[in-house]
Amino acid sequence: MLIQIRPDQTDIPTASEITPREVYLSRRGFMRQVAAGAALAGGWGAMSPAMAQQGRKLPATLNNAYAVMEKQTAYKDATTYNNFYEFGTDKSDPARNAGSLRPDPWQVSIEGEVKKPFVLDLDGLMKLAPLEERVYRLRCVEGWSMVIPWIGYSLSALIRKAEPTGNARYVEFVTLADKKQMPGLSDPILDWPYREGLRMDEANHPLALLTFGMYGEVLPNQNGAPVRIVLPWKYGFKSAKSIVAIRFVKEQPRTAWNMYAPNEYGFYSNVNPGVDHPRWSQATERRIGEDGFFKPKRKTLMFNGYNDVARLYAGMDLRKFY
Amino acid sequence: MPLAPAVLRNLSPRAVGRLWWLGLLLACVPLARVMVLGFTDDLGANPLEFITHSTGRWALYLFCLTLAVTPLRKLTGMNWLVRLRRMLGLMAFLYLCLHFTTFVWFDHFFDLDAIWKDILRRPFITVGVIALLLSIPLAVTSTNGMVRRLGGKRWQLLHRLIYVIVPLGVLHYWWDKAGKNLIAQPLLFAVIVAVLLGLRLVWRQGKKAAAVRQGTAARRS
Repeated sequence: MLIQIRPDQTDIPTASEITPREVYLSRRGFMRQVAAGAALAGGWGAMSPAMAQQGRKLPATLNNAYAVMEKQTAYKDATTYNNFYEFGTDKSDPARNAGSLRPDPWQVSIEGEVKKPFVLDLDGLMKLAPLEERVYRLRCVEGWSMVIPWIGYSLSALIRKAEPTGNARYVEFVTLADKKQMPGLSDPILDWPYREGLRMDEANHPLALLTFGMYGEVLPNQNGAPVRIVLPWKYGFKSAKSIVAIRFVKEQPRTAWNMYAPNEYGFYSNVNPGVDHPRWSQATERRIGEDGFFKPKRKTLMFNGYNDVARLYAGMDLRKFY
Repeated sequence: MPLAPAVLRNLSPRAVGRLWWLGLLLACVPLARVMVLGFTDDLGANPLEFITHSTGRWALYLFCLTLAVTPLRKLTGMNWLVRLRRMLGLMAFLYLCLHFTTFVWFDHFFDLDAIWKDILRRPFITVGVIALLLSIPLAVTSTNGMVRRLGGKRWQLLHRLIYVIVPLGVLHYWWDKAGKNLIAQPLLFAVIVAVLLGLRLVWRQGKKAAAVRQGTAARRS
């Protein structure tokens, strides 16, 4: 066979699989030192805040109730194979281009149908609830999947704090759209800013994670720094990145991919092996870093294996509301 | 008026032979690259997708090059270009076969039932497979012996299938990318192919008009 099997492609996860992060951290540390040296030499005096932010450790307690026991995707794969069109349409573009994002300082506006709208800076937002580490499956609508250790807390904690009114039936996530920071916005591929949304009961499900970090550190820019949502039972594009506003609304919000191609990307977009995408089957998926040349792709699970959410959709025709 | 200088138009058979080998070597580079990257585990997070896209793109590039031979020859007067055409076409066919292999192997792991369903249900796959099927007779009849056996006229007629195959390839690419609103590249290839085919139409009309003029002139005299 042409392709070597990686030594880490064995079935049983070992402790050593967790360590590559340290290698990255030390490499990044080195780059920071170089950057700092360059900064001093250039007379800037200090590093940019964005640089100081990247790679910072984020302490959190593992929540075993929400940790799948599957082999975690390599940090390198999870941070270099991304769909984040604000930084380019190629999977490798976000890792290359997202350096221009400034995740600090950052503010998130809580608005719409709430008792009293307010704005929180990142620190304030992070302190609303204790940070947990959760290991979730991620299933992309394109047919590949990963297993990622995220850090955050249930979105429901923020919703409680926001005190939505009786009119609030949906939550809309509005993400950053700043041409200066996001080169991809010059391409009118989507109706920017990227927007996503959930029904209120979906947003209140404990699995919905307001996320600040992954792999033990703050979110890398290309993964949606400094705050994103992670919804493991839905296709990846529902999990909006780099959120600047969380809006409580009465009507079902218009969402980015759904606006572009409603027949391909539904509002719900729950992972569902029984409902095909028009151009490919969703019955199987390729686990990044694992499913290779010698095995068929693995079977996709209903709701990505998170069956607890099934009750949210009781009585709904999921073929119609895909 | 041929656009190329005489030096380029009148290459020696030896020089053309060398260019043939150079062309073949260049056409092998993408395949070699995938193999090297595969051995060094450098195909990225999704190697199977990388190989699928790479082989598909190169099949299209090479098909466009074969389609470009005649217009280039007519515009530049570099008639020796036609000597590279069979090689380019067969290399395009090779990449097309590799591309189909990735679909059968990586996507469906030889599950014939699933493959058949995919081909029937998904238009972008349907047109891709039609393009592959149509190109098989062209590859099979590419030898000198087959040209003789078919006779020049019939052979040429058969090989006009390329005018259908390449647009189908572009359509396949377009439909695949349109779902993510990434039409810049497919659009570029649609324009290139339209120009290459359009030139042929224009020249054909010109020829007909010339024939008609000659006919009337002959009647007058």
